[in-house]
Amino acid sequence: MSARVGVVVFPGSNCELDAAEAVRDLGGDADLLWHGDRELAGVDAVILPGGFAHGDYLRCGAIARFSPVMDAVREFAAAGGPVLGICNGFQVLTEAGLLPGALQKNRGLKFLCTTVEVRVDSTDSVLTGAAEAGARLRIPINHFEGNYTVDADTLARLRDDDRIVLRYVENPNGSVDDIAGVCSEDRNVVGLMPHPERAAHELLGSTDGVPLLRSLLAAAERAAASAA
Amino acid sequence: MRFSVQVEVRHKPGVADPQGATIERALPSLGFDGIQGVTVGKSIRFTIDSASEAAARAEVADVVARFLTNPVIEDSDVHMEELVSP
Repeated sequence: MSARVGVVVFPGSNCELDAAEAVRDLGGDADLLWHGDRELAGVDAVILPGGFAHGDYLRCGAIARFSPVMDAVREFAAAGGPVLGICNGFQVLTEAGLLPGALQKNRGLKFLCTTVEVRVDSTDSVLTGAAEAGARLRIPINHFEGNYTVDADTLARLRDDDRIVLRYVENPNGSVDDIAGVCSEDRNVVGLMPHPERAAHELLGSTDGVPLLRSLLAAAERAAASAA
Repeated sequence: MRFSVQVEVRHKPGVADPQGATIERALPSLGFDGIQGVTVGKSIRFTIDSASEAAARAEVADVVARFLTNPVIEDSDVHMEELVSP
């Protein structure tokens, strides 16, 4: 049985079809979930995709955090369900308190749209379980508010607990400790600024996002098996 | 009772403020040489109806903490005054 991944669509999301297509390309099932839904329709993993949820008004992710679907996502995450936030989805997860820290404007005040190298620094998460430790992946970024920041105590805890799963090889945006992606304490909620779904097919110029998405699908299959 | 509220949102000390830094860098080329410490924040205004000033302050503090600011990167000041109908 293939894993079912729910991709949440907020008003202003714009990467949901890319994410769903990448999941299907790797053999998973993908359903689009509306942000106004109060239930997750029994999916085995959730992706919060990139875009500009609710216009990114007030702060990126600040309004999306209160979308009805987020209560269900919070419960799903608390029960150990795999949750991935990509770019704007990462911002939503930090605003929702499901991941620590915040994403502030890029150092240099430029919107960045380019391909960067990230290093897999921990394979102990739902996004990196099937990746190779130390692997360098070429994955596109596309953001203005991608400069990850967190207070010193939390940063120390993230390091001690090996929760910084991806780091930029060359820091493009000023993120503290070169952080490109972090996971929750239980390692089932992961947020990252790069877009693995845009590096999921040879036609897109890189397949380096595949091991990450495969990790998520594997986690979703485990979740499905344990629920069955 | 109705109160007029202004919430001033600032970056916390140490949080990068690229807008402020960029404005500050541009000032000398316009001939402003003595201006320093530029920061850019937000001002959010609204009115609130409440039974008392204390209740209004408590509700405003709640919405500021949970929604209008992100305590990881932002501080805020609240200015509030009662609107007296003419």
